[in-house]
Amino acid sequence: MLTKNAAGVKARKRLCMTVNGRAVEIEIDIRESLLDVLRDRLQFTGVKQGCSVGECGACTVLLDGIPVNSCIYLAAWAHGKTVVTIEGLAQDGKLTPVQEAFVDEGAIQCGFCTPGVVLSTTAMVDSGKAFTHDEVRRELSGHLCRCTGYQKIVDAAERALREAEISADEHPV
Amino acid sequence: MIGASSPRKEGRAKVLGTAIYTDDKFMPGALHGLTVRSEVPRGILRAIHFGEGIPWGEFTLVTAADIPGTNLVASVVDDQPFLIGIGEEITHSQQAVLLLAHADRHLAEKARRAVRLEIEELPAVLDIQSSLDLQPLIYGADNLLKEIRIAKGDPDPVWAQAAHVIEGEYRTGAQEQMYIEPNAMLSVVEPKNGVLQVTVWGSLQCPYYVHGALKQLFGLPEKQVRVVAMEMGGAFGGKEDYPSVNGGHAALLAWKSAKPVRLIYDREEDLACTTKRHPSRTRLRTAFAEDGTLLALEADFILDGGAYATLSPVVLSRGAVHAASVYRCPHVRIHARAVATNTPPPGAFRGFGAPQSLFAMERHMDICARKLGLDAVELRRKNFLRMGDTMATGQVIREDLDLAGLMDRALTAIGYRDKRAAFALTNPEDGPIKRGVGFSVFMHGCGFTGNGESHVASVAGVEGLADGTVAVLAASTEMGQGKNTVFAQIVAEALQLPVDLVDTAPVDTDRVPNSGPTVASRSTMMVGRILEDAAIGFKQALVQQDFLAEPYTPETFQAAVAKAVATLGSLRCYGQYHRPPGLQWNDVTYQGDAYPTYSWACYAAEVAVDLDTCEVKVADFVAVQEVGRVVNPTLAAGQIEGGVAQGIGWGLWEEVTMQRGRMINNQMTNYIIPTSVDLPRIQVIFLENAHAGGPGGAKGIGELPMDGPAPAVVNALENALGTLRLDEVPMTPDRLLERCEEVTHG
Repeated sequence: MLTKNAAGVKARKRLCMTVNGRAVEIEIDIRESLLDVLRDRLQFTGVKQGCSVGECGACTVLLDGIPVNSCIYLAAWAHGKTVVTIEGLAQDGKLTPVQEAFVDEGAIQCGFCTPGVVLSTTAMVDSGKAFTHDEVRRELSGHLCRCTGYQKIVDAAERALREAEISADEHPV
Repeated sequence: MIGASSPRKEGRAKVLGTAIYTDDKFMPGALHGLTVRSEVPRGILRAIHFGEGIPWGEFTLVTAADIPGTNLVASVVDDQPFLIGIGEEITHSQQAVLLLAHADRHLAEKARRAVRLEIEELPAVLDIQSSLDLQPLIYGADNLLKEIRIAKGDPDPVWAQAAHVIEGEYRTGAQEQMYIEPNAMLSVVEPKNGVLQVTVWGSLQCPYYVHGALKQLFGLPEKQVRVVAMEMGGAFGGKEDYPSVNGGHAALLAWKSAKPVRLIYDREEDLACTTKRHPSRTRLRTAFAEDGTLLALEADFILDGGAYATLSPVVLSRGAVHAASVYRCPHVRIHARAVATNTPPPGAFRGFGAPQSLFAMERHMDICARKLGLDAVELRRKNFLRMGDTMATGQVIREDLDLAGLMDRALTAIGYRDKRAAFALTNPEDGPIKRGVGFSVFMHGCGFTGNGESHVASVAGVEGLADGTVAVLAASTEMGQGKNTVFAQIVAEALQLPVDLVDTAPVDTDRVPNSGPTVASRSTMMVGRILEDAAIGFKQALVQQDFLAEPYTPETFQAAVAKAVATLGSLRCYGQYHRPPGLQWNDVTYQGDAYPTYSWACYAAEVAVDLDTCEVKVADFVAVQEVGRVVNPTLAAGQIEGGVAQGIGWGLWEEVTMQRGRMINNQMTNYIIPTSVDLPRIQVIFLENAHAGGPGGAKGIGELPMDGPAPAVVNALENALGTLRLDEVPMTPDRLLERCEEVTHG
């Protein structure tokens, strides 16, 4: 009975998801991480691999708007979900206010942690919530950066949050 | 241009996710390379066994026997083999023995695990003391990778006469650079126009180091080797010397397979096998007059250099020169040794030996002040170097140096006096949180030590492009520090152009000359100065050949360059390093101008210690420095903030745990670097003092901020907790608990 139940299990599976606004249908191995599928099969190389254990945050993508470490997230779990990578933020080459804040504040050095931090900051801005300084530091603590000492990253995130708040006041929904 | 916070040149690409790092480069049909390593620290390799169940016929395999040229990595001393052959001696636990490559990454990993090495183990040396004791002898005649002596005056008669003689021993641990992008290489080796062409793209700081290593490995002339620096996800010295090793490995696999090969380390492998900061032990002996005047200093400075010399001789050299720190002292004796152990070789890491010796000296000064019954501020003030004073190597301070002013500025900014007074009242109260404030004063030599710059004789240039813009030609790499932007600013300033008309050419040895390695806080000051010359020569060439008339506007300049390029085909102008007149250095006696100049700093830290857990929180941090003229304030502040973060990490948390010569906490989960909640806002203050030898007055900046945080933080810990044996970093909670228990148990 058990043998029969297990007989249908296959390593290959069709995965349907939306990546950066585009529907994607792809055959994957169920052992693959979302990171590997995004980088190796779909060429979204803006998603970075830093540790493979969910510690550094360089592989962060937005999954239905929530930041996740794609290195420890099975690609199969993303079936039917919406994924945004760093390549999906700017439209027609125009930077988002979060991206602009990172450039303007000097929050980028080597740039390897940047895609992940920018995506987490984007999720904070999109949440519409207000964050204290300590909360911003806590929200971003899942991203290891070895270049900046975090100061200018926190400055950029706070600037983006501030600008979003002003913009929301000016254009109430 | 100089002095403006021009936005980072490649910032847009980095924030869009379009910047191409090594592993991002599209390379169809590439194989995945892996490295099989020894797991014992010392032994003789007897055989390599290939396990069952792997289609070995599909694999590309490379052993030492395959190497076409010389099986030694080109470095300061050529003593490290790329691969260990059968019958040869394994000298550390991560020694590469076999390279393998396959199109299927997962199968390649399975194959790596199926290889068994037959090794006849030998007794190993795993720490400094065993190496000094020759237990057993593992390297040369004395286990020494390098020995340096620096002497000024004669300390011997002083010890008996001085009012006070104070001794201390200090230790610092290994530290991982922990760039977020692990080491990565890509290689293609193929015949081109009938000759073999070796190309390596990689995450590397020093293209011409890798170029030299590949020439020697393959026995090829210069023209047949090409090295391209890709976008780099951090380096901090960790991609200075090591890329000569993994670059060679990638190229060997590409050569043997005749296919492109990717050799991308995962984090575990990167942490276990690549270079770290050298562990150190420093013994200091100082003599003081009754009033606190420093009369004599003796330093016994030892670095654990690992299994091969690699960069240890030059790391030791910088550490030794910095051992006497910022104090005037008539009688100095420095004995510095790098000893061999059977551990993976340490290498370059921001600071390069100076953080180790400066930690010792700046802790020692606080301890001396306590023992002398003097104030730590006033003891330093009395003994600071000033213009006209002579350093340990005999170098005379020729600049208007005001260390007391730097120190006072930092102490005022952190509120040192008020905080000391307040904590003296609050710390004796009940409650687990004890607070303290401390500081350090230090310097960092700019550029290579001694004759290094003369040996390299760097060349850099500028090139006119068809669209009339100007490209910077230099092999200096962008690792996040801001080289692309700062070089553009320096050239734009020299040409009186807006910075967007200048950009850096891709760092490709087929295109750019050897401006030396991207190390030693030398890019802005040394290469920048050459670029300034090259830019002025470029402009003069345009004027002399009647393409340009002065005065000009950016538009007329751009038109002139475009016309010159159209007419002449190409227009480049190069500059080369020339030793400034008056600088003297003797490599044998270690006497003379160790550096053309120094950057100077005082860092102050406030800590809060939770005695319930022995956790230390850095509550406030002030970094005051004089780095000549600041070329780009935002980028410069970013360098200081990042360096301070690494320095605090080294001082408190970052511990490399070794077991049988192998790092066992080789993951980001248990090698702890600071996160955004672990650090305070860092106040960065620049006191500008233009230096005539640097472009627009700039000095070196990159390494300086690594030197001061650890002693400042540990000095603050002593202020918080009283007299403990705080003689070592990292002062982790475990270590701090042990030190507290020493007091409790007497």
